Amino acid sequence: MIQFLQQLINGLSLGSVYALMAVGYSLVYSIMNFSNFAHGGVIMLGAYFGFFAITALKLPFLPAFIVAILGTGLLAVIIERVAYKPLRDRKAPFLYFIISAMGASIFLENIVIATIGPTFKSYPPIFDFTPLQLGQIAVGRLDAIAFIVSAVSLTALVLFIERTRLGKAIQASSYNMKACTLMGVNTDLVVLVVFALGGILAGVAGVFFGMKYTVYPQIGNITLKSFIAAVFGGLGSLPGAVLGSLLLGVIETLVAGYLSSQYRDLIAFVILIGVLVLRPSGIMGKVAEDKA
Amino acid sequence: MDFSYILGILTLAGINLIAVLGLSLLTGFTGLFSFGHAGFMLIGAYVGVWFNQPAGGSPAGLGLPFLVGLVAGAVASGLMAWIIGKITLRLKGDYFCIATLGFGEAIRLVFDNFQGFGGSRGWPLTITPGPSMIWIILACDLVGVLFLANLIRSRHGRNMIAVREEELAAQIAGVNVVRYKMLSLIVSAVYAGVAGYLLANYLTFLQPKIFNLQKSTELTIIVIFGGLGSISGSVIGALVLTILPEMLRFFSIWRFVFYGAAVILIMVARPQGLMGGMELSPAGLRKARAARLARRAILAESEAGSNQGGRR
Repeated sequence: MIQFLQQLINGLSLGSVYALMAVGYSLVYSIMNFSNFAHGGVIMLGAYFGFFAITALKLPFLPAFIVAILGTGLLAVIIERVAYKPLRDRKAPFLYFIISAMGASIFLENIVIATIGPTFKSYPPIFDFTPLQLGQIAVGRLDAIAFIVSAVSLTALVLFIERTRLGKAIQASSYNMKACTLMGVNTDLVVLVVFALGGILAGVAGVFFGMKYTVYPQIGNITLKSFIAAVFGGLGSLPGAVLGSLLLGVIETLVAGYLSSQYRDLIAFVILIGVLVLRPSGIMGKVAEDKA
Repeated sequence: MDFSYILGILTLAGINLIAVLGLSLLTGFTGLFSFGHAGFMLIGAYVGVWFNQPAGGSPAGLGLPFLVGLVAGAVASGLMAWIIGKITLRLKGDYFCIATLGFGEAIRLVFDNFQGFGGSRGWPLTITPGPSMIWIILACDLVGVLFLANLIRSRHGRNMIAVREEELAAQIAGVNVVRYKMLSLIVSAVYAGVAGYLLANYLTFLQPKIFNLQKSTELTIIVIFGGLGSISGSVIGALVLTILPEMLRFFSIWRFVFYGAAVILIMVARPQGLMGGMELSPAGLRKARAARLARRAILAESEAGSNQGGRR
């Protein structure tokens, strides 16, 4: 039983890392209606920004963290302007966006390999990493912080979208962008804010990922998991993205623990296919019937 | 320049072309995007190789002739496509995309973990001596292009194009949309399976890692680069996008930086691809010329109309 609970906690901590990644991803999807495959590259650069802010700029943790997430927010906006806006203006089919996003992610991953180099880098220890003990179960301190940060970011995001005027504009744009322009909404600004927010969340995810594991150019590949988590929870639903991520983390860890670690990645894809076949809108997604 | 090096690149281009032709049918002519076609290549490669490899080797095969392996791989890919199609074709466009991505990776992971075929360590192949690979591949390329061209010009091909253009209207006009999507998927998978089998035999080594998401993405990028709905575009695209990275090899690690930037550039600057739906054939050139003349006529007429002071 203790073993099971420990695995559960491990699963939740993995899930909260996925959740940080999935929320930014799901946010962009819910507004722009396409899968931003470049999100992984932004997460990866968030990890690098934080790393360099701490080691090269010798900043203490909190300023370094702020620098990193502002950097990724800016990066996400730049990517949007360069790779997506021209397609958006041309009303290109969304699949062209995906190709452009893949190009961006290849570009980001390889420019890091070419300039900074492919060697793994480790964050210097910032917090005291001794795990908290709940009885016989160990909870990593960093995992607890990541979980709390996920919850706080998500709450802040939801409050922003529900309570502020810009948030309402974002919601409206997700329904019908053209109608919004008729209502006087600056959709370019809406898109910019959405990508900036997504980028900031990616930065948070990146920094925590870098601290929990290591910093390397291929971090972007993990986004596939967060993508599955977002689909699982329901594309377009932010609480769904968090729920899907936590569930995915738990399921993956339990499968790895009780069956075999070989099946960890496979179970994620089985879940993806299962979701798409049985309930494509995910757990909490909006079930939308196309009336053609 | 080393002749065998050039031959090697052309062989790889030829193999890529087969897979690209198949994907071109699915994406360019039927309008379905797939990010999992490397999975079909993998199935074709492993099943074909299993039929072909000698029974005494490790891992052991069935020891049947090369062509039997080819057919077996093709059939297996087609069968897999039928199964996957049954599950995924009813999904809307972007969900279908995600599903193919999931299947492509899932297939790879299954073979990574299945030790009977060598798992992730791979399967070193014993090649029976025979005609050089390049001739086999050229033959397959020729057959592939001819078959595809004929399919496109047939009733079936036109139905697929109708599905791509406006699915609902096609359905109303009596086209069995699901059947043609499935047909397109199966044919494209068969092409991919053949390509996978040939690739394995060319590399004399088989490993699931070869058929990963990156490979699927490369194939889709080639199809879009060449231009959706153009066979000659796919041919040129496969040649250019296989040869170019090799020529740029001296850039070493910067190669993929340029590749990524180039992909974005293509999408932003010329998304209709190289050929933009036109074909490099006598009929295709005639169509292109007719379209150009028609456009000019329409422009001239509208200008003449406005010269009359806006009165109709």
